Amino acid sequence: MEIVLVGLNHRTAPLEVRERVSFTAEQARRAADELRSRGLLEETLVLSTCNRSEVYGVPPEATHDCAPGLSTFLSEFHSVRPEVLSTALYHRYDRAAVRHLFRVSGGLDSMLLGEAEILGQVREAYRFAQEQGATGPVLNRLFQGALEVGKRVRSETELGTRPMSVAAAGVKLAERIFGKLADRSALVLGAGTISEQVVSTLRDRGIAHLYVMNRSRDRAATLAEQFGGRVIEWGAWDTALLKPDVIVSSVGTEEPVLQRHILESAMSARGNRALFLMDLGLPRNIDTSASELYNVYVYNMDDLTDIVQQNRQARESEIPRAEGIVDEHVGKFLSWQASVELIGLVEALRARVREDRAAFLRSRLDQLSHLSEQDHDRIEVLMDELLDKILVAPAERLRGEREVRRKIQNVEALRDLFLSNREQS
Amino acid sequence: MLHLFLILTIFAYCLSLVSYLRFLNTGLVVSGRIASGLLAFGLVTHYFALLERSRGLHTVPYHDLYGSMSLFGWLLALTYLVLEFYHRQRSVGAFVLPFVLAFFLAANLAPADRLSPPPARGPMFAFHVTLSILAYSGFALSCVLSLIFLVENRLLRNHKLGNMVWRLPSLELLERMSQSSVLIGLVSIAIGTVLGFIWVDRLTGQYWYYDPKYVVTLFVLLLYVAYLRLARTASWRGPRASRLCIFNFVVVILSFTVVNLYLSHSHRYF
Repeated sequence: MEIVLVGLNHRTAPLEVRERVSFTAEQARRAADELRSRGLLEETLVLSTCNRSEVYGVPPEATHDCAPGLSTFLSEFHSVRPEVLSTALYHRYDRAAVRHLFRVSGGLDSMLLGEAEILGQVREAYRFAQEQGATGPVLNRLFQGALEVGKRVRSETELGTRPMSVAAAGVKLAERIFGKLADRSALVLGAGTISEQVVSTLRDRGIAHLYVMNRSRDRAATLAEQFGGRVIEWGAWDTALLKPDVIVSSVGTEEPVLQRHILESAMSARGNRALFLMDLGLPRNIDTSASELYNVYVYNMDDLTDIVQQNRQARESEIPRAEGIVDEHVGKFLSWQASVELIGLVEALRARVREDRAAFLRSRLDQLSHLSEQDHDRIEVLMDELLDKILVAPAERLRGEREVRRKIQNVEALRDLFLSNREQS
Repeated sequence: MLHLFLILTIFAYCLSLVSYLRFLNTGLVVSGRIASGLLAFGLVTHYFALLERSRGLHTVPYHDLYGSMSLFGWLLALTYLVLEFYHRQRSVGAFVLPFVLAFFLAANLAPADRLSPPPARGPMFAFHVTLSILAYSGFALSCVLSLIFLVENRLLRNHKLGNMVWRLPSLELLERMSQSSVLIGLVSIAIGTVLGFIWVDRLTGQYWYYDPKYVVTLFVLLLYVAYLRLARTASWRGPRASRLCIFNFVVVILSFTVVNLYLSHSHRYF
């Protein structure tokens, strides 16, 4: 066993358990130190996000199953009863652990398929562990591979490109019309939860100016203050519609707030500059015939929900390509791991054989007293040549041929066969 | 040698088109890079194909229909590649490459010109023709970009996004790209026309003699100036300006074909 993973995520644990088992930076450092000082792991890395807490590690060579020890450690470290954790924790070893991490960094294991934040979180966790000296050659190689997978999945597939929420879909559509939003402005009608989501997304995308209009001025002021916008008096359409390129409306109303004639005169006043309207209100806030106006684009809740649905399907159709990248890198990592282990094994075998040869010759040559010193030397040389012939060629092939390394599936078995038995004998 | 360059050019443009289509279809960044690389390679081999032909004829490569069309394709590809780098936008390539390829192939399939070439000598003439054809390629590119604008605008207004809309440039960028290429065209045609007058003066001793091509070129110039001006005004910005741009290019095609072949005395192929 070379790599072990113990953790929980959004699929195996409810939010309250995930909250209790999450690690702050300081806790991650302390946990890594303790795991190594207790001899449970030689290399460690703690990955903790809002959706997962995972401990990756390389156990000492003699350890056969360290997962129960890690589970107990997590239970003690976070003061959570073992029975609470027992159903939530998953254990992965070697190939499965590598594959799990690569899927995580590729966004395939995220709650929101293909989300981009996880790659940054993996990078940060790796950087932190490396700075603390908690990683070694195996985890370094493993996490470099994970970052590579994340980058490739994002550049070679469209797993993370399409917006997956109504707010994000609306803002992306605005970018289809205006390009970057850095020098654009937006007006938000209504100050409810959905408005807040859209405003937050618009701010993330760098919108330059934000105006908030609400029947209750206090709520408008709160939203404007939270996101650095300006409040406009409710109903001042002549001035309010002059500047914004994007209008987001989610007002509770029986009649459309933005009537066609209001938008018509606004478009005329703004010189027909393109206007993108997101109508997120139910009943609808914008006169349906407004979409006929020149350079006006109107999307309501249903339109945006349809887009999100299409995007979800499009993202799901990218999964096989992303999985292909994961598989390719799992293969590469295991091949590297096998080469390191196999070469180490062959070197250990050669050292052991040399020792045995010396002891063997000492015991046997005593019985052959009729041979001269020269004959003894000659026998030693011949035996060395024979042993090298047996062992050097396979060692060279292991170094040079990836296919040979791939075929040897279980290095532990070889080690047991050639080294452990000898130790016992 | 000429054949080698022709084959290499066809291969480079075809593979570039396939890569641009793949990029548009899948969004694979690596496909886009390959497409741009192949287009750049095609431009180099196309240049040498023109150079070889020029050496063979002992004259400029565009005194006949072949050369004129081939140079048009080359300059179209070059203008596009410059815009692609400038605006960092590759998804339009799939729509431009078919035109480049079509002009290159048509030029090679065109019958050999049996008319005696005009007294096409001297750098002034070379610049006059090259800049005129560069202008046409700039206008052609703006036409393609305006067409994409209209299609994307329609898809966005009708809420029929599909996969492609997410990969096409934004409407705002398409407008800017179109205006950039019109600007290239206008500057080229203005300088090219002035050089043409100077060349005629040196050749014949008179600045002006009547040729319908002059009138049409002036008309084209005015139309594109009007486009650039109107595209920023209230009632024309957006789809209307794009339609005007497409109309302008129809006039350019008429100037390039009907006027050249049947009306003009001295502008047969450019």
